[in-house]
Amino acid sequence: MKKIIQLFKQRQKRDMDKTCSSSVKYNEQLILDKEQLQQYAARYDGKLLLEEEFYLPTSLFTLLVREKIITPTPSITASFFTTTCKRCHQSEPQYFATIHCARCEKPHLYCRSCIRMGRVMECTPLYEWTGPPMNWPVHRAPCSWQGELTKAQQHAANRMVKTFEARCSLLIWAVTGSGKTEMLFPTITAALETGKRICIASPRADVVRELVPRLQAAFSSIPIQGLYGGSRDNDGTAQLLVSTTHQLLRFKHAFDLLIIDEVDAFPYHQDLTLQFAASRARKEESSLVYLTATPRKIQRQQMAMNQLDYVFVPARFHGHLLPVPKFIYCAKLQERLVSDELPKEFIHWLHTRKKPSRQLLVFASTITLANKLTEVLQTLFQHDYALHQLQYNITSVHAGDEKREEKVAAFRRHDYHVLITTTILERGVTFPSVDVAVLDASHDVFDEAALVQISGRAGRSQADPTGEVVFFHDGKTNSMVKAQADIMKMNRRAREKIVGEDE
Amino acid sequence: MKRCLYCQEAIYLRVTWNNVVQLNSPSSLCELCEEKLEWIEGKRCVVCSRESPANCCYDCKRWSEFYNGKDPLIRNYSLFTYNDFMKELITTWKYRGDYVLGTIFQDVFKQQYKKNYSFIMKQAIVLPIPLSEERLLERCFNQAAMLGQFISNDVQIGLSRTLSEKQAKKSRFERITMKNPFKQTERLNKPVVLVDDIYTTGRTLRHAAQLLTENGCPEVYSLTLCRA
Repeated sequence: MKKIIQLFKQRQKRDMDKTCSSSVKYNEQLILDKEQLQQYAARYDGKLLLEEEFYLPTSLFTLLVREKIITPTPSITASFFTTTCKRCHQSEPQYFATIHCARCEKPHLYCRSCIRMGRVMECTPLYEWTGPPMNWPVHRAPCSWQGELTKAQQHAANRMVKTFEARCSLLIWAVTGSGKTEMLFPTITAALETGKRICIASPRADVVRELVPRLQAAFSSIPIQGLYGGSRDNDGTAQLLVSTTHQLLRFKHAFDLLIIDEVDAFPYHQDLTLQFAASRARKEESSLVYLTATPRKIQRQQMAMNQLDYVFVPARFHGHLLPVPKFIYCAKLQERLVSDELPKEFIHWLHTRKKPSRQLLVFASTITLANKLTEVLQTLFQHDYALHQLQYNITSVHAGDEKREEKVAAFRRHDYHVLITTTILERGVTFPSVDVAVLDASHDVFDEAALVQISGRAGRSQADPTGEVVFFHDGKTNSMVKAQADIMKMNRRAREKIVGEDE
Repeated sequence: MKRCLYCQEAIYLRVTWNNVVQLNSPSSLCELCEEKLEWIEGKRCVVCSRESPANCCYDCKRWSEFYNGKDPLIRNYSLFTYNDFMKELITTWKYRGDYVLGTIFQDVFKQQYKKNYSFIMKQAIVLPIPLSEERLLERCFNQAAMLGQFISNDVQIGLSRTLSEKQAKKSRFERITMKNPFKQTERLNKPVVLVDDIYTTGRTLRHAAQLLTENGCPEVYSLTLCRA
């Protein structure tokens, strides 16, 4: 042990010597090279990082610190009663533990809450950029999207632009399939035209992966990056970022416009550290837009009490109503599913679908059930003559699936006809023409918001605006009934609006 | 309230005579996580501790041939199989650096040491497999040293690592043919118990054992957490 420490000290000394001898050179460069500094600013301005996350040579890093271009801040602060991690703002005691550190030879605290983003320890500070701020370029007419917004979309988009100009916050309550992404384009354009930095954050990595190509198509001249755990380009240097809410933990006072998609989704709606991260990632003078199709209780209360501005978009972009879920009762559903037996109601429904050419999305309550259903359905399709002729291909995805991205992409390419999934695909993904079945809708994982979102997967394209949504259950639950009532209520409001517009 | 060290779920203790009188210390994992740990049970290979019907498994026979019948590692004892749960747990512990996760094994590791190496416990030296200097500064702790401290108050450092390539991403052939990454820094004349987290092919442990026996160490055993 002692030897190792000696070696470490020697190495430190060596590093110090190196920086001393080369600092003169760097100094000259620094004065001359403002361009290079701007490059670093693009990478590090508005971020809160650990030393490892800078990926700079040690000599340059120490120099930047000495010149006060990068400033250290304490990473974990302990007051008399509470300990707080300064990156994720966690202060629950069970998330802190003591490590016997080999670097500083002392036992000290580290944060277990945000350890997946790299370990935050008491002995190593977090660094933020305090050098010249990044001047983001001003773009002229960045939007290359040719489409047109519907009346309802235009209304919401106008409100959003106003919010952006007034630097306040807004919630957009738009039903599933109302074209939320397109509503964002005018605001994003306005922000890019004034040289602002924008982030669209979502709790789900799948949503991020889907959003990036759509935005890139609409803003073809603007560099866009998608940030999520394991994403390819993750240095976050683009002016327009699409990110998971977890990745926001690495930002501080970075964005002029922050859009949080699917605010009501797991894990954002119940994770206080993520909500903290989102509020810290905005600049002090900035605007915030929430997007959701199924606001939670807290947001509904805030809207009712006029604490939160909101716009309601009840109609889908193609003007058709939301598909209303149908309930089909199957006796002893859970027992039958466990014993590899498909309910005959489900098989009957498979035979009598109105448009068998539609792809089929089956939601299962658990991963084991999803895997099991794949096998059972495969054998069914082989032996059942009528279904065999349709030549269905089946696959299943779940959160831990390594090939998840590929499988979803293959389903989109129509390589598979049936996709069995857990709740991971409940929101944010668009397949043009699908029927939706939920097996065991009475299960606890399907809460009201989840069921509304699931129903919203059907009928999302102009060409095929309807779709069947069926909940197979063995006893209605409150969430099922509420979800159905919710959808019908939104349809009523949409109908009123459409009638109103005609007048 | 006590929480599971791994999944942060609350643990509700059942009151039994054992924990009222505090005979065994309560586990730091919840019941669900505890169930996912897979103990090596039943018949196992005498040399490498792999679950196998034969007395000595095929790999160990090959090792014996490799060393011309004088396998430097007399015996390895492992506690758990390296299943998916264990893999995840060890990644968070070792690579992400969640130091406290190691303490899950504190009691069981000590118990199994006492049970299986009682015959040399008094004279044996506990020697954790070292990390290279570079890796140690990166991780801030040595997981093997942590395990070593659970079973002995006097953990020695007789070895140092000169090469710092990661083993986990190599194939079996690459592992077997690699150079000895260790150097001996102290002469040890007592039996040695090597400590490491995972036994995969046994290459690392045998490199260390070979070096030790060449420099006059009478017997080398090993105790590892998992058998992959």
